Amino acid sequence: MVCETEIEIKNTDGLHMRPAMLFVDAANQFDCDITVSNDQTSVDGKSIMQMSMLAATCGSKLKIKADGSDAQQAVSVLRQLVEKKKFDTPPSSDKKREPTELRPRGSGD
Amino acid sequence: MEIKSGIAVSPGIAIAKSMIIDSEDYRIPRRSINPSQRKVEIQRAREAFENAISELTKLQARQDATLTGIEQRQIRDIFAVHLRFLHDRSLRKKITDLIHTESVTAVYAVSKTLREIASHFTRVKDPYISERAADIYDIERRLLAQLLGSRREDIEHLTEEVVVVARELSPTQTAGFNKDFVKGIAADAGGRTSHAAIVARSLGIPAVVAMEDLTESISGSDTVIIDGNHGIVIVNPDSKTIAQYEGYSREFVELERKLDAIKKKPAVTRDGVKVTLLGNIEFPEEAEIVLQKGGEGIGLYRTEFLYLNRPSEPTEQDHYTAYAETIGAFKHRPVTIRTMDLGADKYTQSKRFVPEPNPFLGLRSIRFCLKNLAVFKTQLHAILRASVLGEVKIMFPLITNLQELMQAKMILRDVMEDLDEASIAYNKHVEVGIMIETPSAALTACSLARDVDFFSIGTNDLTQYTLAVDRGNELVSTLYSSADPAVLRLIRTVIQDAHKAQIDLSVCGEMASEPQYIILLLGMGVRTVSVAAPMIPEIKQIIRSVTMEECNKVARKILGMNSERQISNYLRDTARKVMPEAF
Repeated sequence: MVCETEIEIKNTDGLHMRPAMLFVDAANQFDCDITVSNDQTSVDGKSIMQMSMLAATCGSKLKIKADGSDAQQAVSVLRQLVEKKKFDTPPSSDKKREPTELRPRGSGD
Repeated sequence: MEIKSGIAVSPGIAIAKSMIIDSEDYRIPRRSINPSQRKVEIQRAREAFENAISELTKLQARQDATLTGIEQRQIRDIFAVHLRFLHDRSLRKKITDLIHTESVTAVYAVSKTLREIASHFTRVKDPYISERAADIYDIERRLLAQLLGSRREDIEHLTEEVVVVARELSPTQTAGFNKDFVKGIAADAGGRTSHAAIVARSLGIPAVVAMEDLTESISGSDTVIIDGNHGIVIVNPDSKTIAQYEGYSREFVELERKLDAIKKKPAVTRDGVKVTLLGNIEFPEEAEIVLQKGGEGIGLYRTEFLYLNRPSEPTEQDHYTAYAETIGAFKHRPVTIRTMDLGADKYTQSKRFVPEPNPFLGLRSIRFCLKNLAVFKTQLHAILRASVLGEVKIMFPLITNLQELMQAKMILRDVMEDLDEASIAYNKHVEVGIMIETPSAALTACSLARDVDFFSIGTNDLTQYTLAVDRGNELVSTLYSSADPAVLRLIRTVIQDAHKAQIDLSVCGEMASEPQYIILLLGMGVRTVSVAAPMIPEIKQIIRSVTMEECNKVARKILGMNSERQISNYLRDTARKVMPEAF
């Protein structure tokens, strides 16, 4: 079973280390294969190295594709983490950052 | 077993496990391996990951107990993220693939892979993400520490004997070595008179430098032999070679013992000419070694290490305490304190000096002092205060002209007046001298001589400035030789001018510590030399085996020669005849 969705990074700090870790931890609870992609590249959603290298900033849109028996559940949990919970961003890291404008996504060169 | 050669800079033989220390920005060189070795390297990489994980897990457990609040959470996150990386299968795969496809070492594969990831982050425009590169470097360091067998900080907490292998060693690093555990030193860079070499020599640790690529062919915990007598390093020696070198080591110790036997005897030539043999030191503790080896005083007390060994500028009291300790060991014998000679390759800890394009021609030594009067006066104040404790002399380094000398002396008088006003006792007739270590000082020695009590020829800098050779640059270090006719002519000029002005003269550079040069220096009229403490017995032995007539003959002959090679060969042959076992 394959399940796909598009999500938007909403926390101000973007997909830096801690959010990447939370994402990967959530992804690893499921048996299905999880692929995350932007316009340029696709990476393994269960690898912190690959996820953090996406360098997705606030406002970036990512595609999540899950393939396996628990695909649907995986996609909904991940969407919730990214868009609803915004990675449980604690108040301490909601520092005064300039609203990040939309950047060209991906490997940022 | 691999035998490599470099430049011997500190005598002795060491056999121990290697410990590789590296500098912050050091790049792991690419080293190819035999394809049959790939399995071993992949296994090493795997173990490094496992060990790094268990190390980090332990650290994490300790952190949790001691920190609270936001900081605790952040630190916990950092540990957690690093652990996720170490567990990341695709990261490990990238590394093992690299080892497999390119046949390289685990060390190189780890470093290359993680640095690629880090540079990927650095290129991201979002500062919050680009800063994450630091985490990747941290993970790299942790893995390399596992693979290279040691962590940098371990050098301060050694529990077993090691030989230290490094690309380059700073004098500060070397000075911090505990000689109970650091048995030998080998470095890729450096030359005979680089400051790290001088420190190694003064600590009596066998050392070989200018190995070029030793760090590439060695892994942490390899057994290594360092032959500081011949400039040879042997990696993973077989048992026969180890036995052979253990034999050499015993012979060396035996020779040392034989030399020790003459330490109580005076340094007098066979025809009865007395030579004053002094020691060069960096630390107060070395004063004791100079005495043990039979030195009659301190001809050169390098005070830079007061600045290099601590995190902040030394106070006047720090200076005084160090000087008092040294002088205490030498009651009624001369102790020549050279004022701060920082700059060039020696920086203070605070690193507030802007890097200069040509540090050896830049703001160093006395020039620096004359521009930083507070630093200079603090030191002079302490030296003067200590001058009542013994026979203290003050020596200014790197004088290039008369104005500098007059300025330095004027500042010294200012400090004397300060002491007078505060009614602090000092020796009003303290002797003041200068190092002659630039061609300009050597060429104007006759006028400089009128305003000082003594000259001390610093042959290291004099040679490098005369020949325009950076003594620490292995590409040109073979051009560096105090036996060059140009250097010898300058030295002769200085000796003659000192004699004419009837002031004291000594030679305190490395040249005086080299057995083959001592005969020549005596023949040229030198009667006082100051050498590295461990060299005192050997130099004394040579002095006691020659007559002044022989020395004069050698000097006359050499001053008529026109090539460095001819002079070096002649000197070596002469010294070999005098003391065969030293060569």
